[in-house]
Amino acid sequence: MTPKTIKTINIVYLGKAYKEPLPLSLLDKDYADNGLAGAELGVKDDNRTGSFLGVKFDLAKDIVPADGDVVAKAKQILAQGPAIIIADLKAPDLLAVVDLPEAKNAIIFNTRSSEDSLRQEDCRANLFHIIPDWAMRADALAQYLVWKKWNRWFVLQGKLPADKEYVGDVKRAAGRFGGKVTEDRIYKFSTGASRSDTGYQQIQTQMPEATEGAGSYDVVWVADTDQAFGEYVPYRTYDAKPVVGTQGLTAVAWHPSYDQYAGRQLHDAFERFDKRDMTERDYTAWLAARAIGQAAVHSNKTDVKGLRDYLLSDAFTVAGDKGEGMNFRKWDHQLRQPILIAGPRSVVSISPQKGFLHPKYLTDTLGFDKPESKCKLH
Amino acid sequence: MFRSVASLTLAAALLSLVSVRAFATTIFVSNEEGNSVTVINSKTLKTIKTIPTSRRPRGIIMNPNYKEVYVAAGDGDTIDVIDTSKLAVTRHLNSGPDPELMAVDHKGKRMYIANEDNSQVTIMDIASGKVLGTVAVGVEPEGMAVSPNDKYTVATSESTSMAHVIDNATMKLIANVLVDTRPREAKFTADGSQVWVSSEIGGTVAVIDTKDWKIIKKIGFEVPGVRPELLQPVGMQFSKDGKLLFVALGPANRVAVIDTKTYKVKKYILVGQRPWHMALDPDGTKLYVANGLTNDMTIIDVPSLEAVRSVPVGRLPWGVAVMP
Repeated sequence: MTPKTIKTINIVYLGKAYKEPLPLSLLDKDYADNGLAGAELGVKDDNRTGSFLGVKFDLAKDIVPADGDVVAKAKQILAQGPAIIIADLKAPDLLAVVDLPEAKNAIIFNTRSSEDSLRQEDCRANLFHIIPDWAMRADALAQYLVWKKWNRWFVLQGKLPADKEYVGDVKRAAGRFGGKVTEDRIYKFSTGASRSDTGYQQIQTQMPEATEGAGSYDVVWVADTDQAFGEYVPYRTYDAKPVVGTQGLTAVAWHPSYDQYAGRQLHDAFERFDKRDMTERDYTAWLAARAIGQAAVHSNKTDVKGLRDYLLSDAFTVAGDKGEGMNFRKWDHQLRQPILIAGPRSVVSISPQKGFLHPKYLTDTLGFDKPESKCKLH
Repeated sequence: MFRSVASLTLAAALLSLVSVRAFATTIFVSNEEGNSVTVINSKTLKTIKTIPTSRRPRGIIMNPNYKEVYVAAGDGDTIDVIDTSKLAVTRHLNSGPDPELMAVDHKGKRMYIANEDNSQVTIMDIASGKVLGTVAVGVEPEGMAVSPNDKYTVATSESTSMAHVIDNATMKLIANVLVDTRPREAKFTADGSQVWVSSEIGGTVAVIDTKDWKIIKKIGFEVPGVRPELLQPVGMQFSKDGKLLFVALGPANRVAVIDTKTYKVKKYILVGQRPWHMALDPDGTKLYVANGLTNDMTIIDVPSLEAVRSVPVGRLPWGVAVMP
């Protein structure tokens, strides 16, 4: 049964080959197609559905080199009219692209940047966030810690502005859910991967010093958004305490050990497709592709404006193997979603936790709810 | 509750005066994580036997001749065949990868298997185990149902959100019906005029007219005090007279009862946690519900629509099949 007419929906994957810091753990692989493979699998899934309905999804890939001009590339893409873009970009590049006048009527999915500002003062009407922000992650973790009654948090933060922003989210979460930041300390020692012959000894003596004299607390909450030292904190602290935050017990959209709600099927499908584990960036790119696929198939629309309206309508929902349908918050275009609380080797829990209530969506207990939103969409 | 249990015991006692054996049903429950099937006597509600299976048994169905039970073992990439006279796995069917659910035609000859991992339906001759054909469907096929006249098979694909209609003679798709997100199960009405499809994430049950394969009605659910996103319809079972449809609502811990004439939900019955699939006793008076999270099975008394008892089974019970 082949449908007669074929309608095509074009999707562009726009990325940049950023120079990344050397991962602290050898287990973190630097995949060249990180994110892209997820988008490809998502479009493959979309096309299977589309094949029964006469809708075809086409994925173009544009990944500029580290010193390339992503804005010029975006202009090229947008010169042909409103586009659907899966943007695997860091925040400054992302904003530069979404603010292009020709991008006004586009749909741009943010699958990489967790900065709160992109959902708050820097939110945009053409920007849809699939990846959770730092505030959602801090809230998700805080709910779990409060449920555990591990309420006293010793914060150890890096020197980056993003680390500081994240600590702001941790403090906000403490205020919201009844946690307490007992101390907020800046990590002053050397950073970066210590892959030298004496590296391990150095870290072994350094981390107890960095965490010494912190008084009475339940967990060390590490704020290291760019992998400078966090991976080296667990098992090396002065006191025998668990480590949570950006490393240790983390709050993530996806984890290679997650297997509930058909998560295992998605892992298996991804592994067959790309012969490796699915990363969080693969997952968010996959979900962006699935969101547009879902919108196209259920709205019967193919034009970008029609799809954008549908993405924001009450009828829209996308399944992301987290046990509930997901949709976008109308006030800042962040995708509502359960957040995985994951250790290095297994998923420990899924937030929101029991008992954290909300009149509309339990997932709106994570991140910026409407009353706290500073977003003015334009 | 106590009164219901007492009256059940009384009824059972009365029945036992008439005949012990004729009225006992044998219940088979697949335990997804236990890698086993629990066999229960419906009268004593005692476990007769626990049958080890291949890995991750989920879909479980009875051959209409009651001689064999088929168990889809997803991680074992096989279907275990339980001989009901021996209560043991006696052979395996080469199902293709990751079988999740399947359906058998009413002659007990052919099996239609959903291969979740490779988006296809495998059609198999049961006696020989020979694959007769495969049909490409949407992503993550799951629910399977054969029409009462054996002409059609409906497969639901979870990720694609469709009910695919296969013409069993040609093994080709003749219709693809878009339903709400993550369709999990399909059931034909006894007269074959409708097929009902449950959508887990969409939170609805769609009624499809088999004349033209168009949706004629969508039924939603509402329980005061239960969040709408937790009302996730999965397993379905018609009552013997066809007047009611039971729908397991997963994380809402309830079984909804729908009047099939008015399409209205007439009752929500509280069961164990995360009910998955169900089976009706051959006499139509009892509904057996596998509760995925509480490792037990709830027995619903159909005339009164009350949950009367729970009995323990294995780890993560998933599906139920019954034999008179």
